[in-house]
Amino acid sequence: MFFPISGVHVDPIYLMGVGFIVGVLGGFFGVGGSFLAGPALFLVGVPMNFVIGTDLAHIVGKSIVAARKHRVLGNIDLKLGLLMVVGTVGGVEAGAQLIQKLKQTSHLDWVVGPAFVVILIAISLFMTWESVKTLLLQRRARGAGQRPPGQHPGGRDHSAVAFIAEAVHRISLPPYISLPISGIPKISVWAILAVSFIGGVFSGFLGGGAGYIRMPCLIYLLGIPTHIAVGTDLFEIIISAGYGTVTHALKGNVDILIALVMHTGAAIGAQIGATLTQFFAGPRIRMAFIPLPLIGAAIMLYKLFSGPGP
Amino acid sequence: MAGNFWHWLKSFAIEIVVYALLVTAYFFLVLHLLGGWLEELFLGQRHLYAWVALLLIAGQGVLLEEITRWLLGWITRGKD
Repeated sequence: MFFPISGVHVDPIYLMGVGFIVGVLGGFFGVGGSFLAGPALFLVGVPMNFVIGTDLAHIVGKSIVAARKHRVLGNIDLKLGLLMVVGTVGGVEAGAQLIQKLKQTSHLDWVVGPAFVVILIAISLFMTWESVKTLLLQRRARGAGQRPPGQHPGGRDHSAVAFIAEAVHRISLPPYISLPISGIPKISVWAILAVSFIGGVFSGFLGGGAGYIRMPCLIYLLGIPTHIAVGTDLFEIIISAGYGTVTHALKGNVDILIALVMHTGAAIGAQIGATLTQFFAGPRIRMAFIPLPLIGAAIMLYKLFSGPGP
Repeated sequence: MAGNFWHWLKSFAIEIVVYALLVTAYFFLVLHLLGGWLEELFLGQRHLYAWVALLLIAGQGVLLEEITRWLLGWITRGKD
């Protein structure tokens, strides 16, 4: 099939297949899936500028499908999602500025880049340790007929490191906000903005939605139950990726026809991913999430060794 | 829970078959009709193209979600 806007011939079945896989990942983990869709588009000859913009456009459609499904399942905290948009947009701009600075001082990318890789690998290792420990504690508690330890205040999730989020909830920095859907009675607005800002910086610096860092931050730092973190992140992605779609389309980087075809596969994948979350407990979703920060680290290493992109 | 999962999986398999037929029709009807117009917008009216692109992808998101939800409901009702 010929796509006149970007001037490439691509098999629509291939696009739908890629969309489907990324859709399942997005619906289940609450991530955009650019780390997979980007290289998959580039592989079939889509120019790099169109890869970035088109991927963002398809993420909007896919996230709408998955977020609507998660809303039905009660997994979206609208208040949290809207606040996160503010931090994310600020972070994306800061990340993009960081890239510009790095272009001027070429050595700095070898300082920041490896630091990102270390952070992402550390997140993966930490999540492995935490999810295994939580599952073991749960099993022991169930065997002894006791309440599992580290129960989330909302009672919908468990974590062996719930004390981290409890410490963040105690931060005394007004203004405060309550998140009843996430089961959090009081939290500093600045904590939410900081977490979304960090995700935005990674997104602006590495491209894509950077869900591989935002999701762990939501769960471990803010103490959002895993299912609600997935749904809320998807809601937030609709707005931030929508913003990215318009800005990239203005620069001529979006082939909307490719995005629409990809999305037909992604729509069904996102439904499957979102529905599957019902069958898995929070620690198991977190355990399945572990490879994603490692993929983020691999992208960073690739960018470091292959030099700046076009 | 395992029973629920297999029931859901079977419903989804039927849904995918019906969905594939709908999507094929969609390709021929919508994309071929819109292709030329979108290309013209992309080349001549970039601002309008940006907003149309966002509206199209968001609209398709809502539409496909409604279709898949309706299909699932229809399949479930059919089984009951």
